[in-house]
Amino acid sequence: MTPADRADRPPLHLAVALDGAGWHPAAWREPLARPGDLLTAGYWASLVTEAEAGLLDFVTFEDSLSLQSMRRLEPDGATDQVRGRLDAVLIAARVAPLTRHIGLVPTVIVTHTEPFHTSKAIATLDYVSGGRAGVRVRVSSRPDEAAHFGRRAVAVTEPRDAAFLDTVTGLFDEAADYVEVIRRLWDSWEDDAEIRDVATGRFVDRGKLHYIDFEGRWFAVRGPSITPRPPQGQPLVAALAHSTVPYQLVARSADLGFVTPHDAAQAAQIIAEIRALEADAQQSTGTGTGTGWPGTPLEPRPGAAVLADLVVFLDEGAGVAAARRDRLDERWGRAYRSDAEIFAGTPGELADLLLDWQASGLAGYRLRPAALPHDLAQITRGLVPELQRRDAFRRGYEGSTLRQLLRLGRPASRYAA
Amino acid sequence: MTKPLKQVHLAAHFPGVNNTTVWSDPRSGSHIDFSSFAHLAQTAERAKMDFLFLAEGLRLREQNGLIYDLDVVGRPDTFTVLAALAAVTSHLGLAGTINSTFNEPYEVARQFASLDHLSGGRAAWNVVTSWDAFTGENFRRGGFLAQDQRYDRARTFLATASELFDSWRGDEIAADRDSGVFLADPLAGSFAHRDAHFDISGQFNVPRSPQGRPVIFQAGDSDEGREFAAECADAIFSRHGTLAEGQAFYADVKGRLARHGRTPGELLILPAATFILGDTDADAAQEARAVRRQQVSGQTAIKLAEQLWNRDLSGYDPDGPLPEIDPDPGENTIARGRASVRMHRDPVAVARQWRERAAAGNLSMREVIIEVTGRQSFIGSAATIADSISALVQADASDGFILVPHITPGGLDDFADQVVPLLQERGVYRTEYAGATLRDHLGLAPHRAAQRAGQPS
Repeated sequence: MTPADRADRPPLHLAVALDGAGWHPAAWREPLARPGDLLTAGYWASLVTEAEAGLLDFVTFEDSLSLQSMRRLEPDGATDQVRGRLDAVLIAARVAPLTRHIGLVPTVIVTHTEPFHTSKAIATLDYVSGGRAGVRVRVSSRPDEAAHFGRRAVAVTEPRDAAFLDTVTGLFDEAADYVEVIRRLWDSWEDDAEIRDVATGRFVDRGKLHYIDFEGRWFAVRGPSITPRPPQGQPLVAALAHSTVPYQLVARSADLGFVTPHDAAQAAQIIAEIRALEADAQQSTGTGTGTGWPGTPLEPRPGAAVLADLVVFLDEGAGVAAARRDRLDERWGRAYRSDAEIFAGTPGELADLLLDWQASGLAGYRLRPAALPHDLAQITRGLVPELQRRDAFRRGYEGSTLRQLLRLGRPASRYAA
Repeated sequence: MTKPLKQVHLAAHFPGVNNTTVWSDPRSGSHIDFSSFAHLAQTAERAKMDFLFLAEGLRLREQNGLIYDLDVVGRPDTFTVLAALAAVTSHLGLAGTINSTFNEPYEVARQFASLDHLSGGRAAWNVVTSWDAFTGENFRRGGFLAQDQRYDRARTFLATASELFDSWRGDEIAADRDSGVFLADPLAGSFAHRDAHFDISGQFNVPRSPQGRPVIFQAGDSDEGREFAAECADAIFSRHGTLAEGQAFYADVKGRLARHGRTPGELLILPAATFILGDTDADAAQEARAVRRQQVSGQTAIKLAEQLWNRDLSGYDPDGPLPEIDPDPGENTIARGRASVRMHRDPVAVARQWRERAAAGNLSMREVIIEVTGRQSFIGSAATIADSISALVQADASDGFILVPHITPGGLDDFADQVVPLLQERGVYRTEYAGATLRDHLGLAPHRAAQRAGQPS
């Protein structure tokens, strides 16, 4: 590769997905694991600080409204894996003042929660982090989670049922409405709404506070938010997607899409599908089922940045990572499988793969460390220096907001005249 | 034998979105930037206070059908800012007002349990209930709750959340690498609850937090509210801070505890208190008058009068007399999203009292409203304020005070530097935190689970 090629190559964005002791079910039994500390602030602070030392773009925090389960629709009763967790938004807020550059993207389950609460929570995460907030939205089709709220029934369907697609489509349409509401609420205060005009006694210019008047199939929200417009204007919205219906959510509603290709060709195919859905979405007015679209038409959003998820086992030395994967599988008693491709190899080999797949149009990767903190440190101390040697990754943070790191501009409020 | 000196409890209230807060002062900083919250929290911690308190309102206030613009408007999300404050403090309790109407127990319980974990046992929950359809317009269910059901909702919400907190005993996580057992009990967190408000069951997913559950605050003042507090709360955020009113309230609420099998030390009475600190008592008195005039501008006086009159009074001159017409006795519709308007239970009688007061002192509308809407609780030199605070606590008018500064974020700085050392000298206030959790600071015994979860209530 010539230096000219490097200059032409778009920047590579790297995130890590943090969950418990890592993504392998036996990760908590590893010598470096801290399974007794998973509910402490210190544990999460050390992980995010490590990720920031490696100049990563952002970290995501997994979440669910039930105990972790390997089963799709019910608890699994397992006792040999990490069970129990903390609210992801609160973990992100807790580590925000301890970090300065890295983006913080907690998961929020949209199916049972209030868009009004989520909007102000993520806006506030943006304030406490100085503009580093995002949110990864996730739907819940689990009957057990529905029973924790007791507010609605969730149809139990299997993928082979005829009703499955309707159920899933409904959940994702609701998610699109939810994102529409949180975005309108972020915009509901214009940036200069607070005027503190002593002469007239007015703290705000109420002409710059806007009712959002959203009415959709699932909820109506009046607004405005109780929280002023956050530092980034619009914190970033992300979604993990494996098929057409969730790709549509990425295309309609998200700034970041996390996808799970198993090779470069699949990555290209997924990106083409998302781009086509984005083109469709631009044709229609608004998103989701809601009414009350504000008078000012939205500027077309740039296409979502698509990042590929990879589970990673990383060690120096030929075969070392694969041997560790085998050992973890053996401890667990079966082979760990994932929706994402599982990579076991050296940081150098991973760098080869990342740069190879990147050519298919990926903006970057969300790496799921198989074991924490081991594979995270391999990313920050092995993979990142390797990518830097190839001029393929930043040598210092370019900005202090997540939008700056991802080279996205700060959008004006849709309500601003 | 002399009674031992009671120890004073102090806490800090982040300045609110009301006219107590003077945003026009040149020293007034941001009400939304995290640095303001961090400043006040760190000042409170430097002063060894028990906790920082955040209020909440889930819809911007309106008056005459328009968003109210004379006071501070806008605030952050309570849970998120408290979790961030846990990172910049080490001992201070973190108290959040969270509504039991427009939330569900499972989510609130996991947020408070998470906050308690992430702060090492410093979380507190001020349980409030609203019923108004006005606030409901921001939420999925709209205004679903009848007014007379609000304490029922609050009580069952808290009971349900408590079942969730207690659904983990605290010994379930074995995390034994060698045996491969992470969870000692596969049914950890199991619960089932059914009543008129909630029908929920399953497994709670946040293991037991350091305090077991957040410290519970209650702020209602009605008979029902007091009974709720006596039954369920660890502390009351009261509005009765003067000697006579405070003693009456204190005796009333503490007197209710025995009925619920509780002792007086298990419920703290903490009135909100404002203060003006000066070099001398005379300086402070002068400053107090100036601050009251800043808090009640002519425009604000009209708006406050409208809240009592329940009428548009924009045509009146605030420097002229009170309106001669009587308040509209119907449902108060002029001001919405504001708890204080509900305090005027007999507006016509209150208006009559205001007119009598105006006539007696030859006062304008603005002047009478400055008088009747409350002078500061403590006005004076540091020594005067320290003496007053201690005297009220020793006389059982309260167990301490939640201080409401009128300047953000530095409004507590002088109090921390000047009044707190005097309270310490007098032996009525801690010089160091003795414990790690908020329950420790409040002198409350560790919370024990009432029953094994999963039992129907």
